Amino acid sequence: MTKLYELAHSRAGDKGDVLMLSLIPYEEELYGRLREQVTAERVKEHLQHIVSGEVERYEMPNISALQFVCHGALLGGVTTSLGMDTHGKTLSYALLEMEIEL
Amino acid sequence: MLRIGSGAGFSGDRLEPAVKLAEEGELDYLVLECLAERTIALAQKRKKADPSLGYDPLLEKRIRSLLPILLEKNVRLITNMGAANPIGGALKIIEVAEEMGLSVKVAAVTGDDVLPYVLSNGDSIQFSPALYESADIVSANAYMGASTILPAIETGADIIITGRVADPSLFLAPMIHHFDWSMDDHDLLAKGTVVGHLLECGGQLTGGYFADPGKKEVSGMASLGFPLAEVKTDGTALLTKLPGTGGALTLRTVKEQLLYEVMDPSAYITPDVVADFTTVQLQEDGEDRIFLSGGNGKQRPDELKVSIGFDAGYIGEGEITYAGANAVGRAELAGAIIQERLADTFEELKVDYIGGTSAHRGSFGHKETPYEVRFRVAGKTYELDKAKWIGEEVEALYTNGPAGGGGARKYVNEVVGIVSGMIPRDKVEPDFKVMEVGGID
Repeated sequence: MTKLYELAHSRAGDKGDVLMLSLIPYEEELYGRLREQVTAERVKEHLQHIVSGEVERYEMPNISALQFVCHGALLGGVTTSLGMDTHGKTLSYALLEMEIEL
Repeated sequence: MLRIGSGAGFSGDRLEPAVKLAEEGELDYLVLECLAERTIALAQKRKKADPSLGYDPLLEKRIRSLLPILLEKNVRLITNMGAANPIGGALKIIEVAEEMGLSVKVAAVTGDDVLPYVLSNGDSIQFSPALYESADIVSANAYMGASTILPAIETGADIIITGRVADPSLFLAPMIHHFDWSMDDHDLLAKGTVVGHLLECGGQLTGGYFADPGKKEVSGMASLGFPLAEVKTDGTALLTKLPGTGGALTLRTVKEQLLYEVMDPSAYITPDVVADFTTVQLQEDGEDRIFLSGGNGKQRPDELKVSIGFDAGYIGEGEITYAGANAVGRAELAGAIIQERLADTFEELKVDYIGGTSAHRGSFGHKETPYEVRFRVAGKTYELDKAKWIGEEVEALYTNGPAGGGGARKYVNEVVGIVSGMIPRDKVEPDFKVMEVGGID
């Protein structure tokens, strides 16, 4: 098993209570393998203690990247959340903790 | 060709990179994007307390540094630093210019403030998330598009100051003006929107918020340069930064920013266009140079997004650190004590152990025991005294809690909640006002 951190980078964004996570392989050739293994279902399972709603995945073959849109992930959203990281900015590295088989 | 620089990606952004861009960028326009989702609601509260305020608190400082350079180099400035009060912001700019002995023409764009409409038509608006009935709405601002900035640009003003405008529209407007693009050419509007989206967060395109030592190396972070785009009439663009500045502009940094805060990349919705990012092409063109092409668009939506701020009381917080043997055990005891002392007053308390599980609400199987841990507790209330009490109880752990606690801190912050809704475009009435040193038109 290989940690996504070894293979790809990610940036987190937020809108209300929605968290967006990009997943960008260092080597573009790995895009197909990530697309196969890092499904919306697997990401939802990996982030189950963080994301309460649905996870949608969008494919960006033009830049060899995936985008995950996670609903109900920010304890109610930036402005009223009691959490430390109200934007969920650190959560890109939560995604990169996931392990896949190469 | 049009050269547009990005001089700020948020209201508290660094000033030096913008000064450098204005001085050396050979820019046509410098854009400062300074409004986050709730910035404007907080600004509205400042305006309520003093009607001359409500513009960006750093406006005066930024203008003082930039104005002489902008005028000397003939660079026009577009900014949303007007926040809740673009006219007030313009007046402040005039005041600063007068004081510095400079002549300047400023155009203030208004119309985004739709609070009266929202207050009287709230029932017809679907808020997301739902707004509870007794909520005290403090602000309602529509995201206006590039077409509302165009008349202000056409006045020839040196500075165009707006309130709430969709971020990419701040960049798209000068492109439409310069290249005389049609507001019906969806593909061109989409291409310009992609450029704007990539530039709007300043240093996030040039290696800021990217570096990870040993994995994603970026050199010269301390002197991180902000990006600029050389846009052509066909909507293609070269993204670059000034030589001699730190940071990096690579395929990787651009990819991260292209997807930043995007929901469906095939339908990125702005007031100007629905842009498809899945046809965007990126190409390396030498060091710190990325050539951008592609991108398609569809007709803009009929409705405009409105961001509504409501009073959500106060959040009180307290923190204290434990270190050395059994730090975790002592921090957890502190947590138990505080919860028992506050439980009757607060329905919900958030307890965090910083250094362990606070950021990711868990640790994905990592079981190492931290040498030190910072206990933190937070709660929300409409009563200021109760909010203060949280920090006071944490501070009191010094003499009423576990051994060896140190570095207690307490905070109280006013909370403005944000929900959004859609309203018909014709309920927003964009307008502008031109002011020059010496008088108001």
